[in-house]
Amino acid sequence: MQWTTLFDIALGAILVNNFIFAQFLGICPFMGVSRKMDTAVGMGFAVIFVMGLASALCYPVNLLLDRAGLGYMRTVAFILVIAALVQFVEMFLKKSMPALYEALGVYLPLITTNCAVLGVVLLNVQNTYDFIESVVYGITGGAGFLLAIVLFASIRERLEFAEPPKAFRGFPIALITAGLMALCFMGFQGLQIPW
Amino acid sequence: MNVGKQLKEGLISQNPVLIQLLGMCSTLAITTSVANGIGMGLSVTIILTLSNIFISLLRKIIPDQVRIAAYIVVIAGFVTMVDLILQAYFEELAESLGVFIPLIVVNCIILARAESFASKHRPLAAAVDGICQGLGYTLVLVVMSAIRELLGAGTLNGVEVFPSEYAVQMLALPVGGFLTLGCLIALTQWARSKTGQGGK
Repeated sequence: MQWTTLFDIALGAILVNNFIFAQFLGICPFMGVSRKMDTAVGMGFAVIFVMGLASALCYPVNLLLDRAGLGYMRTVAFILVIAALVQFVEMFLKKSMPALYEALGVYLPLITTNCAVLGVVLLNVQNTYDFIESVVYGITGGAGFLLAIVLFASIRERLEFAEPPKAFRGFPIALITAGLMALCFMGFQGLQIPW
Repeated sequence: MNVGKQLKEGLISQNPVLIQLLGMCSTLAITTSVANGIGMGLSVTIILTLSNIFISLLRKIIPDQVRIAAYIVVIAGFVTMVDLILQAYFEELAESLGVFIPLIVVNCIILARAESFASKHRPLAAAVDGICQGLGYTLVLVVMSAIRELLGAGTLNGVEVFPSEYAVQMLALPVGGFLTLGCLIALTQWARSKTGQGGK
């Protein structure tokens, strides 16, 4: 296993091709759950967890589908795996870690319809990553999401006290803020590991 | 049933993107050219209409506890169908939309309409609702992609309007998506406050 490849994938997923700012995956929870810092952090960690697990689980599923010649069922199979996984994680957390379960609350079921999760497993197939690469891409993609949502939530908490023009209040100014952050993240575009 | 009212709701007063704020990911991601916008909009309209009809037909059979999972399976089936059709007949479009076609499965508009409309109404009303909401989504996509393509690349649906040296290339990049949508929603809120439709 080449560590440099893994590092390259991680760097790409967190900074260069950030899921939110460069690929537009997972905008709904990014906008919806970023009003308060603590919920944003909770959501971020839940996404890392689910994205990592989903990448790991969908890899064998994809191999099975390919072997059976059912490649066209990929989308259906993946979304079922994700829905089942989220349900399972919810039940597991409820039993063994009630504190974390309470903290995540309604955000867990919402992850099923988070396009970043379905996106990451589809991209794994598209980029023909092997098992370890898939898992690394899933976890670091989630980490990129966490970074984006934490930065965004901290700006948004201050935005509450700002006074934009009336028409821009609420959602529009949040979108424009996100746009400016995307501009900052474009600065990472030229980033490359030198070996 | 009132088709005119539903159409007005879908296009303007209850527009899925501008008012209900659903389906952001695809709206931001694929609106870089008018062709993409129209292709994506029509695909979503077709899937939304079909899944609305189907879910409405099944609304008495699907048990309440597993309804979300059932909806997702229905939607995923139709998305796969459209995905395969696009790959077979519209290769170029399928290429440029890429991963966002399978991602229509998790487009919140479709699930939201299934949950809030199709599961409570007859198939015909659900079909009309699907078409109207889909057209509203398409309208936003076309407007947004026209703005971004015209100002970002100097072309409109591939036809050059002014030389691309004068274009603001930033608008064609991810940044432009956020900024354009932000301004469009601001415009909507302004228009709603003018007409007194109970803006925020």
